[in-house]
Amino acid sequence: MNMGFKDEKTLKVSAIKNGTAIDHIPSNCLFKVISLLKLDKVETQITFGTNLDSNKLGSKAIIKISDLFFEDSDINKIALIAPQVKLSIIRDYKVVEKKVVKVPEEVVGLAKCFNPHCISNHESLTTRFQVLTDNGDIELKCKYCEKITDQEHMILL
Amino acid sequence: MSRSLVSITDYSKEEYLEIIEIAKEFELQPVQEILKGKIVATLFFEPSTRTRLSFESAVLRSGGNVIGFSDASTSSSTKGETLNDTIRTVSNYCDMIVMRHPLEGAAKFASEVASVPIINAGDGSNQHPSQTLLDMYSILKTQGTLDNLAIVFVGDMKYGRTVHSLVMAMSHFSPRFFFVSPVELKLPEEYKLYLDNHNIPYIETTDFGMAIREADIVYMTRVQRERFADPIEYEKTKNAYILKYSMLLGTKPTMKIMHPLPRVNEISRCVDKSEKAYYFDQTKNGVFVRQAIISHLLGLK
Repeated sequence: MNMGFKDEKTLKVSAIKNGTAIDHIPSNCLFKVISLLKLDKVETQITFGTNLDSNKLGSKAIIKISDLFFEDSDINKIALIAPQVKLSIIRDYKVVEKKVVKVPEEVVGLAKCFNPHCISNHESLTTRFQVLTDNGDIELKCKYCEKITDQEHMILL
Repeated sequence: MSRSLVSITDYSKEEYLEIIEIAKEFELQPVQEILKGKIVATLFFEPSTRTRLSFESAVLRSGGNVIGFSDASTSSSTKGETLNDTIRTVSNYCDMIVMRHPLEGAAKFASEVASVPIINAGDGSNQHPSQTLLDMYSILKTQGTLDNLAIVFVGDMKYGRTVHSLVMAMSHFSPRFFFVSPVELKLPEEYKLYLDNHNIPYIETTDFGMAIREADIVYMTRVQRERFADPIEYEKTKNAYILKYSMLLGTKPTMKIMHPLPRVNEISRCVDKSEKAYYFDQTKNGVFVRQAIISHLLGLK
């Protein structure tokens, strides 16, 4: 039925035999997702496309990583910057499983507290945040200074 | 990890009441030798004479000993020592650490690396839980109850950490709140959201005269000039939040005026002679409450 549409996508970022496809990444978050998942350290084949047309997002990016399957805890990190991302697990050119990301309850060692007077910005320690959701937006409440960092001010480590 | 008191939200309603009960015992008998042989370190990386003396008085009244410093310039942090190293070292010299630090979250971090209990005596603009507990003790002592009271907060609702912590703690006791402040210093949204979610009625107003007549407790705070972007705004509003003797007319006979101190000019000196002025008694209660917190955390009460 919508084969034509699917074919068009495979052309833009070529298909992989086994691995993970990450779709619906907002274009401006592509490189953040790459660094969050430490894809720069991965040695298998990775292809990506960005600034692709998307009905939902206007402009999106896709990443396809061969022979790599992520733990849910790693995947859920993406929720901080791109909660609408969808993952496809691919085996032998077929999608065998689809996953959406879940917002984690706690974020450890991933983000920086925006409060310049927070001890976490002065002492060597692992940052910890409780995740709050405010009308769909994700906010991080620092376990140390108790201040809230909103999405706009979120800086990933 | 030993139990610490870092944030007022570390304690449940039952624990607030437990501390208050222990403080009552200390008020009846302030000199008790229960800390005999114990050493409490007071580490004040930022000076606060009143708070430090109150804690040290509490330790000495309870028969314990005190070591520490009252200013970071006399500590090794000026040599570049990390907080981690200071706390881990001092943990080996004492049975408990009371600390004040200019950075927010410092006490929480210290409680993770210390081998002894930590009491947070102020971390930047964040928390100062012993102040909240002594405020609650003072409210209970003057009103005979913590339940269903009208509490009028006056001054700086935006940055006043004593206000924020007391609002959170008193929310367990069906209060009515009035927040009297300049528009620039209104209560932050997150606290209003908390009150809305807990169905606690509150009014925000700039009209001090109206609110004070409803009050069981008037909780004064200082409006600081440096909080205003526009100095003209400060000059225009500063007098609206000063408590004068004439304003006590028509207030409830049982009403009491509290203030975390230091006071500058927000309570006129004439008010001191009124029996409604309670701010100096509050500091006396502070010692009993700190005796209670210390002995509770060390498992002695």
